[in-house]
Amino acid sequence: MLPALALASFGCVVLLLEFLLGKARAAAARQWILGLSLTGLAVTAWTLWAQQQALDGRRLTAFSGAISVDGFALFFNWIFLVASLVTILISYRYLEIEGEEHAEYYGLILLAQCGMYFLATGTDLVTIFVGLELMALSFYILVGFLRGERRSNEAALKYFLLGVFSSALMAYGFSLLFGVAGSTRLKDIGTAIQAGDLHDPILLMGLAVTTVALLFKISAVPFHMWAPDAYEGAPTPVTAFLSVGSKAASFALLLRFFLEPLGALRDAWQPLLVAVAVLSMTAGNLAAITQTNLKRLIAYSSISHAGYMLLGLVAGNETGLQGIAVYVLVYTFTNLGALLVVAALRSKGAGRGTEEDLNDISGLAQRNPAYAALMVVFLLSLAGLPPTAGFIGKYYIFLSLIQTGHTVLAVIATLYVAVAIFYYFRIVKRMYMGEAAERASLISSSLGVRVALGITTAATIVIGLYPEPFLRFAEISLLR
Amino acid sequence: MLDAIFFYAFALLAVAGAVLTVTRRNAVHSAIWLIVSLLGVAGLFLLAQAEFLFAVQIVLYVGGVMLLFLMVIMLVNLDRAKQERQFSQQWPAALALAAVAGFGLTVVFRKAGAVLPPMASPAEQGNTQWLSEVMFRQYLLPFELASVVLLVAMVGAVLMARKKAGT
Repeated sequence: MLPALALASFGCVVLLLEFLLGKARAAAARQWILGLSLTGLAVTAWTLWAQQQALDGRRLTAFSGAISVDGFALFFNWIFLVASLVTILISYRYLEIEGEEHAEYYGLILLAQCGMYFLATGTDLVTIFVGLELMALSFYILVGFLRGERRSNEAALKYFLLGVFSSALMAYGFSLLFGVAGSTRLKDIGTAIQAGDLHDPILLMGLAVTTVALLFKISAVPFHMWAPDAYEGAPTPVTAFLSVGSKAASFALLLRFFLEPLGALRDAWQPLLVAVAVLSMTAGNLAAITQTNLKRLIAYSSISHAGYMLLGLVAGNETGLQGIAVYVLVYTFTNLGALLVVAALRSKGAGRGTEEDLNDISGLAQRNPAYAALMVVFLLSLAGLPPTAGFIGKYYIFLSLIQTGHTVLAVIATLYVAVAIFYYFRIVKRMYMGEAAERASLISSSLGVRVALGITTAATIVIGLYPEPFLRFAEISLLR
Repeated sequence: MLDAIFFYAFALLAVAGAVLTVTRRNAVHSAIWLIVSLLGVAGLFLLAQAEFLFAVQIVLYVGGVMLLFLMVIMLVNLDRAKQERQFSQQWPAALALAAVAGFGLTVVFRKAGAVLPPMASPAEQGNTQWLSEVMFRQYLLPFELASVVLLVAMVGAVLMARKKAGT
């Protein structure tokens, strides 16, 4: 509970600091706001660490079963923390360029993370739903934060309408589950499902509707339509936060749902997830080939990553679940890193939307060899090639598929890795062999960007070369 | 028997009101039909013996929220709005979807019969008292969290409506 309290109170205080800014948008005031947001994250980290020590592998429930703090929840909370830390670090410079320095931006990031906390810890339908809404509402606002930009407005509206629709679906599914079990606690729902008829049509419908809403949130095909538009239109740091934080939080919720109360219905949801996973990999990877906008390309690739993660749940054994945890961890650092480079391409002067195109990254290696090299590392990791972290994530997922006899799925997934390598390397080719663009967009580097790049690069390489501690961390975090 | 009649009457009110809300071209008419729909839902709450929800529905939604709606409608230029292209003319798709959903629901609830467990009846105490006890004990955390959600929504609304930077 403490991390959420820290996030909520710091979030509210940061919101209030808008008055410091005044008309002049004084640099000192902006640094205060940034500093306070980072302090909030530091306090959150400290409370998380304290809980981790106090918990020692046990599981605590609080508020008459509304939340449960366990290794699983803490694992995901560390991921959320990394996501908002990196987002805040790169936002300072980005907002300055866009001329939209508002304290609300940082406050909303902290409050969104507070919502994520409840998605990972929530064990009660009402708590989960309210937490989900807290996260989603903050994101709707953040996506549309650049009010002067048509694309940002459009993205926010599309994301809002589809997001609200999926929330309504989720509420409906929850109401059906509540109707079957007579309780909103996940534990009671699990007991009721096991005791009752597994083919109860109302139960199955509740399962189906809830699943659709969950798939919406992780942007799996065929419920992915919002992702490319929202990712493209949002300010790039928000894209990073959305693609990592929101996805990890929704995945935490999905895992808790399918493993705990709905575990007994495995026969019903497994084929569904197989279909969705294959479709996600297919549509995500194939659509990414033709994209020329970097953020759109990353959006489609993140759809395919959701497919890979679902495969771990399809396998469902210890290796698979550990694989998902590792995959989410790796994906967090890598995707943040890749979007970080895209965000750094944004510079003052040139019109918006011109730095995110494949043409603009052309010849980057001549202008900014360091950034180009880092981008290659992130792209290698996204594709899943050794020695980067991405390889470890994919390795565990594929291993679990083979262990559980889903050989065909493993082959399909591997084939799509080849497709992914093709479009990721298209970017690499452009950076190294393309001619430098006419109006060379200069990298706008700042201390925050460099620190964030350091964190993400180090993690991507270290997890790839020395994965042991991270694997153990993922293992003790499994839901049992 | 009487319950059933009232149920269908209120349900009809709610559904018909909702349909007319989205089909009327005049925004004021839409708003008024929305009131009818909300009243129908309020009636359903009353039938389920949730008198607190009934009162809240009337006071907050029919009263407060609708008043705001009508105020906003007064502020926009209705004649111009009527000439704008409307995006609500999706009859075939809407009907098809409604038919599929309706068919599915009918099949499911027919087959399921009466498996829904009876509500934990708050017989000895009133529904309102029961609600407050549940809300402040079992659901204290989400109740408090909802205030943060509302804060975010408010901040978002202000942020979106604010004039260009600095003002």
